Amino acid sequence: MARRAGGQLHGGWVSHTVLIVFALGSLLPLVWTAIAASRTNARLAETPPPFWFGGNLLENLGTAWSDANMGRALFNTVVVAGSIALSTVLFATLAGFAFAKLRFRAKNLLLLLVIGTMMVPPQLSVVPLFMAIAELEWTNQLQAVILPMMVSAFGVFFMRQFLITALPTELIEAARVDGAHSVRVVWHVVFPVARPAMAVLGMLTFVMAWNEFFWPIIALTQENPTVQVALTGLGRGYIPDQSVIMAGALLGTLPLLLAFAVFGKQIVGGIMQGAVKG
Amino acid sequence: MSSEPHGAAPSTRDGAVPAQPGAALSGPAPAPSDPAPGPAAPTERETRRSARRSRRYQRDARWSPYAFIAPFFLFFAAFGLFPLLYTGWASLHKVSLHSPTEMEWAGLHNYSRLLSDDFFWNALQNTLTIGVISTVPQLLMALGLAHLLNYRLRGSTFFRVALLTPYATSVAAATLVFAMLYGRDYGMINWALELVGLSPVNWETGTWTSQIAVSSIVIWRWTGYNTLIYLAAMQAVPNDLYESAALDGASRWQQFVHVTIPSLRPTILFTVVVSTIGATQLFGEPLLFGGSQTGGASHQYQTLGLYLYEQGWFNFHLGRASAIAWAMFLILVVIGLLNWLVARRLQKSH
Repeated sequence: MARRAGGQLHGGWVSHTVLIVFALGSLLPLVWTAIAASRTNARLAETPPPFWFGGNLLENLGTAWSDANMGRALFNTVVVAGSIALSTVLFATLAGFAFAKLRFRAKNLLLLLVIGTMMVPPQLSVVPLFMAIAELEWTNQLQAVILPMMVSAFGVFFMRQFLITALPTELIEAARVDGAHSVRVVWHVVFPVARPAMAVLGMLTFVMAWNEFFWPIIALTQENPTVQVALTGLGRGYIPDQSVIMAGALLGTLPLLLAFAVFGKQIVGGIMQGAVKG
Repeated sequence: MSSEPHGAAPSTRDGAVPAQPGAALSGPAPAPSDPAPGPAAPTERETRRSARRSRRYQRDARWSPYAFIAPFFLFFAAFGLFPLLYTGWASLHKVSLHSPTEMEWAGLHNYSRLLSDDFFWNALQNTLTIGVISTVPQLLMALGLAHLLNYRLRGSTFFRVALLTPYATSVAAATLVFAMLYGRDYGMINWALELVGLSPVNWETGTWTSQIAVSSIVIWRWTGYNTLIYLAAMQAVPNDLYESAALDGASRWQQFVHVTIPSLRPTILFTVVVSTIGATQLFGEPLLFGGSQTGGASHQYQTLGLYLYEQGWFNFHLGRASAIAWAMFLILVVIGLLNWLVARRLQKSH
């Protein structure tokens, strides 16, 4: 990896030191979360603060699990983030393929429109969405937070940029000459070629959906929360116990951190790939 | 196919193509060769069938692109465009949270009220201040870190993943942790300040201190992400640019300033725009830093997003909340225009 263009110079000890400092700065708050989650609340109100793990982790996790509805929250978040990631990847691949390889009228204008929608943050739409779910009586139901997030302009653009170079036009033409209907072309040609980019987009979308904040805290309550809603409940003082709050934060972050430990390299690669082409 | 004698398969220019799964396509398809070498003239039925097939092919080629992009645009229209426009409509009405479907025409009242509302201007100012003190150091640090990561390093993958880890931490979790670290009495940061002989700071109650604290959460979460974006752009800079600069005797720092930065201009512009959009939307960090929608006892770190939430869901004025949303939208449009102007300028200067 380091043998790429521009990476020809060796970094000295200064570079290494600076990077180590920043890497620690990135990781230590998370380590400290785990330390605080493993202590009693009384110990956290002493000076100096604890620097190593204590023995109360399981107890605090248990309290967070039962009092902050974290079990339900984790299950809901997996459902929500999973559905959003699947639909985003599917629709982004279809649209990205069309924009990358097919000819149709107003294509450039429509692509510009896709890019333009990236500038419109979903936060501006919460009032009408709230009115809609009040009318439909969808408050506290998971579809209320899934449906508005099912497509992403970033995803369309990401897949287009990938397929433009990764999918040889001859391959599509060959399948066409063989008489394949476009649905078959997508299934047998586009999807296999796009698979690595689909995986990356799926992971990025999953992380984003897992951490989605504003709309879920409006649409859901503590009775049927996502992780972020449950954590907001913790942070707004429904549970005063600091060590339990930290245990909740740990529970809500751990699944993504584990995914990072396993797929970190791929996620890093995906973000960088999207960046160069975007 | 690949075992055929060389040159026998003119339809596949690239030897690698048949290995792709797509080439395994078969089905009720005509032979890929021309109809000419057929033994007899095609019967009427075959002609009709092929005409039908070609019509179907035409229709497919013509309409399938629209079918492929339709889901995106339908969902965007339903959950992006329509709500945005309807927010504008709702901002001209008096709407209560308790009966959100009953709208009473109010004209521009919500906007005129907003203009004379001290809390609105306070929130706007806080949003700008926090936006600047979170974005500028973040992007500068990201640029520097990307430069370092672009050297050949031991454990470069570890550094990249480590720097990106905060990105996987949610706003809520990160803010809860930082709120504790910034705690007045038992927080780690005040403890460290006292250790080096400084007096502890009451981070949450001060205007500047609370805004710095909130900004630091944003910086922590996003620096690594932007670092990777810059690193990717740096790796795309052609090596010979550096080589010729080195031949001219340019130091590493001069290479950074005169080769790396100019090559990265479009990327820097992109990250500035994305970070600015993010900064105008700032919400979770100030909400959970003090645990209240007011953003501190004297609204000292209440942002526009938070003020929208307070007006809509705590003061029950959805019409006013909509007016705030549209004010935010206008700010974004202005940012978009500025960005466009700067980008045009950059292109011209090339």
